[in-house]
Amino acid sequence: MQYAISILLSGVSLGGQYALIAIGYTMVYGILRLINFAHGDLFMVAGLLMVYLSANLPLAASIPLVLVLTVLLGFIIERAAYKPLREAPSLAVLITAIGMSYLLQNLALLVFGSAPKSFSSVIALQPLRLFDGALIITGETLTTILASAAIMAGLTLFVNKTKVGHAMLAVSEDRGAAQLMGINVNATISLTFAIGSALAAVAGVLLCSAYPSLTPTTGAMPGIKAFVAAVFGGIGSIPGAMLGGVLLGVIQSLSTAYISSQMADAIVFGVLIIVLLVRPTGILGKQTREKV
Amino acid sequence: MKIRSLNPNFRRRLVTYGIVAAAFVFIQILSGAGLLTNSLSGQLVPICAYVIMAVSLNLTVGILGELSLGHAGFMSVGAFTGAFLSVCCKDVLPGWLTLTLALLAGTAAAALVGVLIGIPVLRLQGDYLAIVTLAFGEIIKNLLNSFYIGRDSAGFHLSFKDALSLGLDDTGEVIINGAQGVTGMPRSASFTLGIVLILVTLFVVQNLVDSRTGRAIMSIRDNRIAAESVGINVTRYKMIAFTVSAALAGLAGAMYAHNFSTLVARKFDYNTSILVLVFIVVGGLGNIRGSVIAAAALTVLPELLRGFSDYRMLVYAVVLIVMMLFNQSPQFAAWRQKLAAKFRRRRPNRKEA
Repeated sequence: MQYAISILLSGVSLGGQYALIAIGYTMVYGILRLINFAHGDLFMVAGLLMVYLSANLPLAASIPLVLVLTVLLGFIIERAAYKPLREAPSLAVLITAIGMSYLLQNLALLVFGSAPKSFSSVIALQPLRLFDGALIITGETLTTILASAAIMAGLTLFVNKTKVGHAMLAVSEDRGAAQLMGINVNATISLTFAIGSALAAVAGVLLCSAYPSLTPTTGAMPGIKAFVAAVFGGIGSIPGAMLGGVLLGVIQSLSTAYISSQMADAIVFGVLIIVLLVRPTGILGKQTREKV
Repeated sequence: MKIRSLNPNFRRRLVTYGIVAAAFVFIQILSGAGLLTNSLSGQLVPICAYVIMAVSLNLTVGILGELSLGHAGFMSVGAFTGAFLSVCCKDVLPGWLTLTLALLAGTAAAALVGVLIGIPVLRLQGDYLAIVTLAFGEIIKNLLNSFYIGRDSAGFHLSFKDALSLGLDDTGEVIINGAQGVTGMPRSASFTLGIVLILVTLFVVQNLVDSRTGRAIMSIRDNRIAAESVGINVTRYKMIAFTVSAALAGLAGAMYAHNFSTLVARKFDYNTSILVLVFIVVGGLGNIRGSVIAAAALTVLPELLRGFSDYRMLVYAVVLIVMMLFNQSPQFAAWRQKLAAKFRRRRPNRKEA
């Protein structure tokens, strides 16, 4: 029983990290209809930056610096690679995004080398012992769950209550109409990328605290899985990304623990395929009709 | 009959065949003169395999207009089926027959998997289709990584756990050993075989593209709703393109497997799929001849520029981004038009996918 609970909790914690990355995917997809493949690698870059900065700077300085640098990188990627292709066919933009993801991975490989970097946890919280030590919840798990819950609540408020948040919703609803209403579309898109990158940075720091080994390809698999989570919950929907992320994390933990760790990835992707076939718009997604 | 009086499509095809044949003669002369380095002559069969992969992926991405990110999955199905058959039959049948059977089996198995995957996948479109093909590619890799099959006096045993749970008796041998893959294939693939298979692939794909079926497939790419409204069965034609593409990838895989004595599923991951995508983007989406040239050139170049190989993937990434910006961005398009006006060169105005 305690074992099952600890599996479940680590699943929720993993899911929280997926959810943070998935929000970045889902917000960008909502606005640009683009799978930003580079998003997963952004979070790897954030982790690597954290390794190098925390070795030289105090924690209080390195975490904000990592956030700022990652946001800057996300902003540059959007301006350099995606903005010129605003009106291009979606296949072209998608291939550009894949190229960007590859570029980040290989740049990181050249700059940081292929040897795994160990990551000292930034979380000082003591593990929580319940049931006389039969159930141990690590500080990382607890912090991840709390932090992702807080960030999601804040983001939901931001999008639904502030003027800028409304602008984001309007642009994702209809870019042309939003522009006619006086919304600065390019600024809104840049802001979306900035928020997504910041969340990727937070997820990067959290994920690397929980699994302290980092290589330039660390970002690829969690990135793809976070996208699966976004699709699972209904792409374009922020609550959907949270729900999808947590569900996916739990499914992965359970299948690793009870079926086979080799097959866990296959099961996660199998879930994606089933969801897309039964309900192509995901759990919380809106049905849209295609017009001629 | 003058060459000009031929059908332009046919003429285009002849030129492509001619390029492949010329490359073959050129390489044969080089190797006859002893000018080929060891590493390059070892790369000849993989180059042929990548050319076939590129041509077949171009059928899905360039001609059908759907992005597939799991093409390496089909290659691995073909490779493992072919290798399995070869290891099973190598003591019983003559070498050429084993190889032929292995190639046919690899093609057939990949086509079957293509149909099975195509049924669910082709109901989706665009980004969703891309991500699901990626998912299938990863699933195939994961399954093959934990797939064990062995043979003993009682027949075949298979397992998804480990080699021990196969329960083989003393005469048994493990044929597919999970993440360790297959070992002991005959290395029977040759450059000549590779060239012949490239020609077969080109023949199949170009005939398909120039046929009524091919025009139906391209009409789906250009406007799915319009195609549907004139009575084209979208699912059926998508299925044809996807399955042919998968089958040819299986053929490439089966040939690739017979160039090495060991084969592991790790080789056919997401990165291989992207690599082939780079080939066809560089060669031009929908341009079959471009795929052939780009696949061959981009595999040979890093081999020739040894010191450059660290930067190879980085350069690929940059090439991918720059090609897309160059072809699609309005600023670049305006700049290109200005350049074209300067040179007053008339070029056929072909629409890009």
